Amino acid sequence: MKKASPYLLAAILAVLPLLGLSSYWMHILILVVMWSVIGMAWNLLGGYCGQVSFGHAAFFGVGAYTSGILYNKLHISAWWGIPLSIVATAVFALVIGFICLRLRGPFFALGTLAMGVILRVSAENLTGITEGDLGIMLQERTWVEKTWYFYIILLLAMLAFIAIKMIVESKLGYYFVAIREDQDAAESLGINTTFYKTVALTLSAVITGLAGAFYTNYMGYIDPKIVFALHDISVVTIMVVMVGGVATYWGPFVGAIIMVFLAEMIRSIPKLGAAHHTFFGILLIVIIIYLPNGIVGDLPKLKRLFGVRRSA
Amino acid sequence: MTSAQLEVLLQTLISGLLLGGLYALIGIGMTLIMGVMKIINLAHGELMMVGMYVAYVLFSSFHIDPYLSILIAAPLLFILGVLLQKYLVNPVLKVDAIIPENQVILTVGIGMVLSNIATMIFSSDYKTTPVEYATKAWYLSDYWKASPIELSLSMPWSVSFVFALLITLGLWFFLTKTDMGKSIRATAQDKDAALMMGVNVERMRVFTFGLGSAIVGAAGCLFIPIYYLYPDLGGQFTLIAFVITILGGLGSTIGAIVGGLILGIFESLTSTYIGMGWAPVGRFAIFVAALIFIPGGIVSVLKRRRLSR
Repeated sequence: MKKASPYLLAAILAVLPLLGLSSYWMHILILVVMWSVIGMAWNLLGGYCGQVSFGHAAFFGVGAYTSGILYNKLHISAWWGIPLSIVATAVFALVIGFICLRLRGPFFALGTLAMGVILRVSAENLTGITEGDLGIMLQERTWVEKTWYFYIILLLAMLAFIAIKMIVESKLGYYFVAIREDQDAAESLGINTTFYKTVALTLSAVITGLAGAFYTNYMGYIDPKIVFALHDISVVTIMVVMVGGVATYWGPFVGAIIMVFLAEMIRSIPKLGAAHHTFFGILLIVIIIYLPNGIVGDLPKLKRLFGVRRSA
Repeated sequence: MTSAQLEVLLQTLISGLLLGGLYALIGIGMTLIMGVMKIINLAHGELMMVGMYVAYVLFSSFHIDPYLSILIAAPLLFILGVLLQKYLVNPVLKVDAIIPENQVILTVGIGMVLSNIATMIFSSDYKTTPVEYATKAWYLSDYWKASPIELSLSMPWSVSFVFALLITLGLWFFLTKTDMGKSIRATAQDKDAALMMGVNVERMRVFTFGLGSAIVGAAGCLFIPIYYLYPDLGGQFTLIAFVITILGGLGSTIGAIVGGLILGIFESLTSTYIGMGWAPVGRFAIFVAALIFIPGGIVSVLKRRRLSR
């Protein structure tokens, strides 16, 4: 049962569009699945390998702009961005890793944060390539209906889930956890920590980049302030994982559901719409103090809190 | 080089130096907290933003000069910092979690709340304090008639620079000459040894967080006569403070001063010769270069020089 549950969930999700949901609900579903992909990617690097990145918007943006630039400059379908973004984000991840992985712990976090800002400012200023603040708009959309977009991101999510599960359960995954627990001890046991951290960063970046390339195709418009956003992409990515559960398979999905619904709910309350960062910030503070491993990670703690017995 | 080019270069260097002095003050606040607490305060720029709004409110409702409002903003920020450290940062330091960087993420949350509250109270419009000396400047040709080149020195910039210098000097005096300052430095060097020497480490941490916040609040008051103010300005200054800290060397006050000056001058050069929009990239180019070539920061270079002599 436990082994089959991810496939069961995927099957349920795959049936959902057949129920004839409204376009708004399909949009929410797509966002939930997209954020779980980004969350899973971040979780691989942050949760398992212990390298907290504040700059995942950098990879998201690179993926998004790969699609956008292919469409805008080479006049080919933006869908080519999905395979090609793998190459583009991997290159960026290697460069960023070369610079930032010299730093440890919180300094790595800030290094990646700076990288995200560098890429945003570059995208704003390199108007010849990225159109700058004007952004890139896809003139023709592949589908008007959202159903196929949903299946594509669901497929990406399934692939990402399987890949991450395989990685985490392989030797590579144990290396990652060893690095997270004690980098010096891992090094003294003969693990090439720099190499494996770079591997974790690149894998995480590539999956995030795929989500970015999908975003361009789905939304049809990108500009530097949207795809390289610090608060709306990088920090929300962290929150998806922190709220859901650090270093768990299900955490990013739970976190994505909560974050997307929370964002939509706050937006629908007229006077509080502008305050969504306050709510996110307070939620983040509360989670860190009371459930530092997230809802899935601290499930036993939650169960104890509500008096649910294990046998029940 | 023609005299016109020389003029531009010198003017750029002057404004870079003045900017660098203010940057140094922001960097010192962060480096102090980092040294003692071993955490990065990512709400640093947001605290500065709060200080700037305090100065703005004092100016627009009571017509108090921004420079005088330091006397109110700094103690207020001190209290805010103490409260944040006591009720939010300290509990998190004790929590056991998978990711050790929880405190850093916590400060991001604090920063988000602060800037969002500022947006709700003051709206996201750009604000300024139109002081009457805002555009005053001293010109070189006024003092030296035969001068081949023309240079100017903006009055509010220079006054802010002098204030920043005075605060830095005062801080240096506090850290090196007073008992409290020595206890803070002891805590930064070795927490356990300090504890055994009878230093109340817990209190020093709370006090340092307050002090760092007060310094950056004062920096905010110095910035507001020459800068504009909007709720999201904090993030940018957090990054500046961080770059200065890396450039100078972690936890080093001297490093922060030198790093701030270098960053100010470099940023000024990029915006003059490459373009205004590229200044942030120049900032991070310095950051990346520092990481690759002098990972220990300027302070490590200074130390090596001293040892080899």
